[in-house]
Amino acid sequence: MAAVVRASGTATSELKKKSLVPYLLLAPGLLWLALFFVAPIITLVGTATKTPGAGIGEFIQTYRWANYWDALTGASAQFGRSFLYAFIATLLALAIAYPLAYGIAFKSGKYKNILLVLVVAPFFCSFILRTIAWKQILGQNGPVYRTLLDLHLISSTTHLTASVPAVIIGLAYNFLPFMTLPLYGSLERIDPRVLEASGDLYANAFTTFRKVTVPLSMPGVVAGTLLTFIPAAGDYVNAEILGNPSTKMIGNVINAQFLNTQDYPTAAALSFILMIAISIMVMIYVRKAGTEELV
Amino acid sequence: MPDASTSAKGDLKLVNLTKSFGEFKAVDDLTLTIPEGSFFALLGPSGCGKTTTLRMIAGLEDPTSGKISIGSTDITDKRPYQRPVNTVFQNYALFPHLTIFENIAFGLRRRGIKDVKAQVDKVLNLVELPHLADRKPTQLSGGQQQRIAVARAIVNRPALLLLDEPLGALDLKLRRQMQIELKWIQTEVGLTFVHVTHDQEEAMTMADTIAVMNEGRIEQMGTPAELYDNPKTAFVANFLGQSNLIQGSIVDSDGDYHVVDLHGQKVKVLKSRTHSKTSSVLYAIRPEKLRIDTDGHIRPGNVFKGGHIVDVSYIGVSTQYQVEMPWGQEIMVFEQNDDGIPPLDKGDEVTLTFEPAFAFALDGSQDATAGSEVNPEEE
Ligand SMILES: Nc1ncnc2c1ncn2[C@@H]1O[C@H](COP(=O)(O)OP(=O)(O)O)[C@@H](O)[C@H]1O
Ligand SMILES: [Mg+2]
Repeated sequence: MAAVVRASGTATSELKKKSLVPYLLLAPGLLWLALFFVAPIITLVGTATKTPGAGIGEFIQTYRWANYWDALTGASAQFGRSFLYAFIATLLALAIAYPLAYGIAFKSGKYKNILLVLVVAPFFCSFILRTIAWKQILGQNGPVYRTLLDLHLISSTTHLTASVPAVIIGLAYNFLPFMTLPLYGSLERIDPRVLEASGDLYANAFTTFRKVTVPLSMPGVVAGTLLTFIPAAGDYVNAEILGNPSTKMIGNVINAQFLNTQDYPTAAALSFILMIAISIMVMIYVRKAGTEELV
Repeated sequence: MPDASTSAKGDLKLVNLTKSFGEFKAVDDLTLTIPEGSFFALLGPSGCGKTTTLRMIAGLEDPTSGKISIGSTDITDKRPYQRPVNTVFQNYALFPHLTIFENIAFGLRRRGIKDVKAQVDKVLNLVELPHLADRKPTQLSGGQQQRIAVARAIVNRPALLLLDEPLGALDLKLRRQMQIELKWIQTEVGLTFVHVTHDQEEAMTMADTIAVMNEGRIEQMGTPAELYDNPKTAFVANFLGQSNLIQGSIVDSDGDYHVVDLHGQKVKVLKSRTHSKTSSVLYAIRPEKLRIDTDGHIRPGNVFKGGHIVDVSYIGVSTQYQVEMPWGQEIMVFEQNDDGIPPLDKGDEVTLTFEPAFAFALDGSQDATAGSEVNPEEE
C-alpha cells in the first residue's frame, strides 16, 4: 500500500502544476460552504457579543465577550441535562437498533427490503406529529399506561408523560433510523465467509459475535451514535412535548431566548457554545474509537 | 473448551453423504475414505459439488443424509467449532480488523492454548513471512494472504485441513510455486490435506490420491498415475489429459487381449484394461502414445491405416497432429521433436502405430466427449 501511495503521490504533484481542474471542480462546493456555513457562523459569533440598544429587540455591537460566559453559567443545568439525556437516548437507540440491524442484515432473507423501508417509514410523517403520538401512547388512556397498571408495575398516581423517561424515549425513538441505517450498512458489508472462518477456528456463535461481528461493525456504531447524539443534544421538540419545566434542554432555552425573550445575543452565544462542545466531544470520541483503522 | 484438535485422529470417512438443494442433488450418495496423513485431491469441473462436500466436512453445511467420521468419532452432528477440522477458504477470509499475528493466533486463543506467541512465530517462519506479523490483511499481496490463510489453519494442527481452490486467485507462475510449497508444508507438518481443485494438473502435481468428481458423484479414485494410465470412464479419460475415444466392438479373444473391431480395422486391448460389461466399447488411446509411421517401415503392434494429416501445430518440444481416419473421425497425435526429422505436412498419408498395452477400453454406451468440453484453464 505504501508503495502505491508513493507512486500516486509523484503523479499528482506533476498534475498540480499543470492543471486548475481540481480547484474548478471544488469551487461550487467551497462557495456553498462559504455562503451557508462560514457566513452564518461569523454572524452568529458576532451577534453573541452585542448588547441591548434603545428599542426592544434592538442590539448594538459592543464586543462584549463576557456574554458567552454569562450565557454558559445561566444555562449550565440545561447544558448538562441535554448531554445526559442525549447520551442515555443514544445508548437506548443503540440497544434497540443493533439487534434490529443485525436481524435485517443477516436473518431477514427476502423481507430485507420491506424491513428497510419500514425503518425509514416514520420519516413520511412529521417529526412533531410523531412526538405528539408518543404523548398519546404513554398517556393515561394509552396502551402502555393501561398495561403497566394492570400488571401493577405502576400506581394510578404515576405519570408516564411529562417526565424524564418520556423525553429520553422520545429522543431515542425519533433518531432510531439514524442509528439503524449506518449499523445495517456496516453489518451488511461483513463477508459471511469471515464469520464462517471464525466458527471454523473454534469460536462459538457468541464469541464470533464478540470478536468478529462487533469489531467489524464499529464504523456503523460510531456513525450511528454520532448521528443520534448530535441532533438529540440540540433537540427541543421532545422536551417540549413529552417533558415538564424541569426537563428543559438547551434547545428549549435557545428557542425561548430567540422567539419569546428575543434575547438574540444570549441565544447566539448558547448556539455557538453548543456547537463547539459537540465538536470537541465528537473529536475525542472518534479518536478513541479509532475507526480510521477499520475501513 | 476441550482441545478439539487432539480428540479425534484417524482416517476421514464419508458414508453415503448426500446434500440436496430442493430437488437438486449437489452431492449424491458419496462414499469415500481419506487415509490419515495423505494429500488428497478432490478434482472436478466447476459446479460438481466439491465446495459443498468440503463445507459438509467442515460443518458449515448440514448433510441431507449420510455420515462423516474421523477415526472412530462420528462428527456428523458436531458444530464447526467442535470439529478438529480447519479450512483454507477460497477467498482466504482473513479477519480484516486483526493483524496477521492475531489472525493466526485466533484459533489458539479460542482454545485457550498457552504459548501462543511461540506457536504463531513457528508457523510464520514455516510460511516464510515472519516480518508481516504486525500488518493488516489488506496490506498483503494475494500470495502472502494465501500463505497466511494456510498458516492460520495449520497452527491449530487439525486432524484434517480442507483447502478450497486455495490457489485459484493466483496467477499461473505463483500458482506453480505455491503448489510445490503447499506440498512441502504438508510433508513438513504431516497433517491430512483435502485439496479441492478443478485444475487437473494441480491435482496431479500435489496429491497422493485423487478422487475425480462429476455431478455430485465420485467417478474414479486412485493415484495420479492410475487415473491417467487406466481411466475407467470416458469422463476421467477426457478430464485428466486428453484421449482418443473410438467407438468399436469386441469381436474376439487372444490370450490376455480382446480383439476389437474399429470400423473395419482390428486392434487389441488388454482384458485387464477393459471396463465394459458388453461387447460395445469406446476404444481409447492417449495422443502421446501414438506414433506416426511412413509407409516404408511400419512398427509392430496395433496399427491404424489410411489416415491423413489435416492439421499440424508445432509447439517446440512436440508437434501436435490432427489425423483424419477413413471413418471420418479426427485422431490427436503428439510427437516428440526428438528425432531431427522435420514435421510432416498437411495432407500427408500416414499410418499410426502403438503398443497394445497402452490402450484401454471403456463402456461403449457413454458419451465419448464427456469431460472434454470443460476446459479447466478457462475458469
Ligand atoms: N446454497 C445453495 N443453494 C442452492 N444451490 C447450491 C447452493 N450451494 C451450491 N449449490 C449448487 O450446488 C452445485 C455444486 O456447488 P459447489 O459445491 O459449489 O460446486 P464446486 O465447488 O464443485 O464448483 C452447484 O450447481 C451449485 O449451484
Ligand atoms: Mg467451489
